[in-house]
Amino acid sequence: MGSIGVLLVGRVFPYLEQELDKRYKLFRLWDYPQKAQLLSQHAASIRAVVGHAGAGADADLIDELPKLEIVSSFSVGVDMIDLEKCKAKGIRVTNTPDVLTDEVADLAIGLTLALLRRICECDRYVRSGKWKKGDYKLTTKFSGKTVGIVGLGRIGQAIAKRAEGFNCSICYYSRTEKRDSNYKYYPSVVELASNCDILVVACPLTEETHHIINREVINALGPKGFLINIGRGKHVDEAELVSALQEGRLGGAGLDVFEDEPAVPEELFGLENVVLLPHVGSATLETRTDMADLVLGNLEAHFLGKPLLTPLV
Amino acid sequence: MGKCGAKVKFNSSLSLTTFRQIRSTIQYHFPQAQSSKAMADKHTDNDTKELQPLLVFGPPLLFPNFEAQNLHNYHFLKAFSSKLPLHQFLAKHNVEPSSIQAILCNPFQKVSAEVIRLLPSLSIIVTTSAGTDHIDLAECSHRGIQVVSAAVDHAEDVADMTVGLLIDIMWKISAADRFVRKWGHSMPLNLSFGSKLEGKRVGIVGLGKIGGEVAKRLEVFGCTIMYNSRNQKPFVSYPFYSNVVELAANSDIFVVSCSLNEKTRHIVNREVMLALGKDGIIVNIGRGALIDEKELVRCLMEGEIGGAGLDVFENEPNVPKELLQLDNVVLSPHAASMTSNALDIMRERVSECLEAFFSSKLVRTPVLDD
Repeated sequence: MGSIGVLLVGRVFPYLEQELDKRYKLFRLWDYPQKAQLLSQHAASIRAVVGHAGAGADADLIDELPKLEIVSSFSVGVDMIDLEKCKAKGIRVTNTPDVLTDEVADLAIGLTLALLRRICECDRYVRSGKWKKGDYKLTTKFSGKTVGIVGLGRIGQAIAKRAEGFNCSICYYSRTEKRDSNYKYYPSVVELASNCDILVVACPLTEETHHIINREVINALGPKGFLINIGRGKHVDEAELVSALQEGRLGGAGLDVFEDEPAVPEELFGLENVVLLPHVGSATLETRTDMADLVLGNLEAHFLGKPLLTPLV
Repeated sequence: MGKCGAKVKFNSSLSLTTFRQIRSTIQYHFPQAQSSKAMADKHTDNDTKELQPLLVFGPPLLFPNFEAQNLHNYHFLKAFSSKLPLHQFLAKHNVEPSSIQAILCNPFQKVSAEVIRLLPSLSIIVTTSAGTDHIDLAECSHRGIQVVSAAVDHAEDVADMTVGLLIDIMWKISAADRFVRKWGHSMPLNLSFGSKLEGKRVGIVGLGKIGGEVAKRLEVFGCTIMYNSRNQKPFVSYPFYSNVVELAANSDIFVVSCSLNEKTRHIVNREVMLALGKDGIIVNIGRGALIDEKELVRCLMEGEIGGAGLDVFENEPNVPKELLQLDNVVLSPHAASMTSNALDIMRERVSECLEAFFSSKLVRTPVLDD
C-alpha cells in the first residue's frame, strides 16, 4: 500500500502522522506553500484525505482530487467535509465516534463544576497569596440544579447520566423528541434555556445548528444561568456571548471551543465567571490513540475491500 | 426541639419543652424595659418596640446578611468587634448582662465559662458550626443552657468540589485556563491533556456522609470504588480495605474524607503515597493534617505521585510555596462547603431557631432550688 497517496490536510496527533507515513505515500498540505503545486504534481495519486475537526475536504478540494475515494476524519464532527458532494461522487467518509463520548462527557461535568464552584479562581486565589487576607467568596451549588442539554445523542446522554449522579434534573432539546427518553423535552432551545440552570451544547454542527445559541437563548438563560460549550465554537454567537458576559446578562460560561480557534476573545480573559480551555475535549492520550487507530483501520479496510469500521457516507 | 429545624447539639437536662412544664411552678417575670434605656439609643427611629438583645461572637460568615435582614428584630451586640472583656463591652454599650438571653457564635471566638457566668439570663447558644469545641458545654449543662447547631449538611457541596478538583487535576483544567488567558491568540492546538475517569480505581479513606456522596457520583463516571474506614460498613458493597497502604496500592485515585483525630493524623504518609504511585492522584477535602504535608510536597516534587487536589492544609491559610509552582496540583482555600445555597439555609435555620426561642417568651430567673 506504500504507493497509495494520502493527503493530510492538517496537523494531527504525531502517532497518526507517523503511521500514515509508514503505510502510505503521505502528502502534507502544509509542506506546499501553494496548493496548486501539490495538486499539479500529485493529485493523480491521492486516493484518500485525512482531516480533523478544523480541516476537511470542501467541494473545491474534492473536485481537485479526481482519484479521491475516501475521506477519513480524525474527529467526530465532520462539518468541514462536504458530505453531499461525497455522497454524489461515491466517496466514502469516516469519522471517530464513540471513542471520545466518555471523555467529552467527563469534561462537560468538569467544566461545569469548575465554573459554578470557581475552581480555577480558587486556585488563582491561593497561588496569589490572597487567601492570607481572607476567605474566598461563596460559590454556586451544582448538585440538584437543572441541566438542559442541546442534542441528546451519545455525548448528550452520557452527560445527562453523569449529571443525574449529582441529583440534577435533566431536560433537553433535539430536532425530534426521543420517545424512549425519560427526560423532559422542550421543542425549542429558547424554551429549554428558560427552564434550566445550566445549558450544555452537545449537538453536531450543521447549517441549522450554526449560532443555535444566540442572543435570545442567552437572555433566556439569564444572569443566574450558565452555558457550557463542548461542541463547536460556531454553535454560539460568540460576539453576543461576550457582550452578555460583560453586561452581566449571563451568569457564566465554560468553553472548550471558540468560533475562530485558536483565537479566544480577549475580553474574556479578565472575567471570573468563565472557564477557558484550548479544545481539549478529545485530548486524552488514550482517546487520541483510539481515534488514530480508527482512522488507520478505516483506511486499511477500504483499500483491502473490507467493510468500513465507522462509515458516515 | 424540632421546632426550628436545627439540630440540638447538646441537650442539657432542661429542654424548651421542659421549661414550659416547670414554668407554672417557678416565678417568672418578663423583662422590664430594663434595657430600654440602653436600647433607646440604638433603636431605629420609627420602631417603638424594644429590640431583643442578641450577643454575637465570632462572627459567623452569615452574620452580615443576617444582621441586614433582622435590623428590626434584634439589638445586635457585636462582641467580636471589641477587644474589651465582655463585661466592659456591655457596660460601654449600656447593656445589662442580665438582659442577654441568647448568643450567636461560631468557632472563631470562645464562649467560655467566664462568659456564661457573666450572663445570668443566658438560655440559648446558637453556633453555625457542627463542632462545639469553642463552647464550655459543662458550664452550659450546669446552667441548663441550650446549645444548638445551625450547621447545614454540606456533604453534597463537598462531594461536588471533590469531583471538581479531581477532574481538574485529570484534565489540567485550571492549568489550561491559565494557559489560554496567558497565550490567547498564539495558543497552539493539539496539546495533550486529560485522562478519562472510566475504569479508574478510587480508594476512599473515610466512607462517611461525604465519602458516600463522592462514591455515588464517581460510580456514574465508571469508576471502581473501594474504601477504608474505622470499621467495615455492613450495607456497603464496595470492597473494604482495613489497611490504608494496601488500599493505596490498589487505587489510581485516593480521596481523603475522614475526620481528624489522634488515629487519623497523617494517615496519608510517605508509605501510602509511594504505594499510590507515580500516576496516582490524591484529593484531600478532609483536614490538612490527614496528610503529612512535608512528605506530600516531596512526593510531588520528586514525581512519586502524579498530582493532587487540595482544599485543606496543615497550617491554613499558609500553603507550602513549592506547591504554588506546580501545574499538577489544584489548590483551593478550604472552600468545599462554601456555597451561597449552604449559607442561605444556615441563615434560615438561625432565624427560625431564635424566633422560636424568643416567641415562646421564656425568661428564666435563676432556678430556685428548694
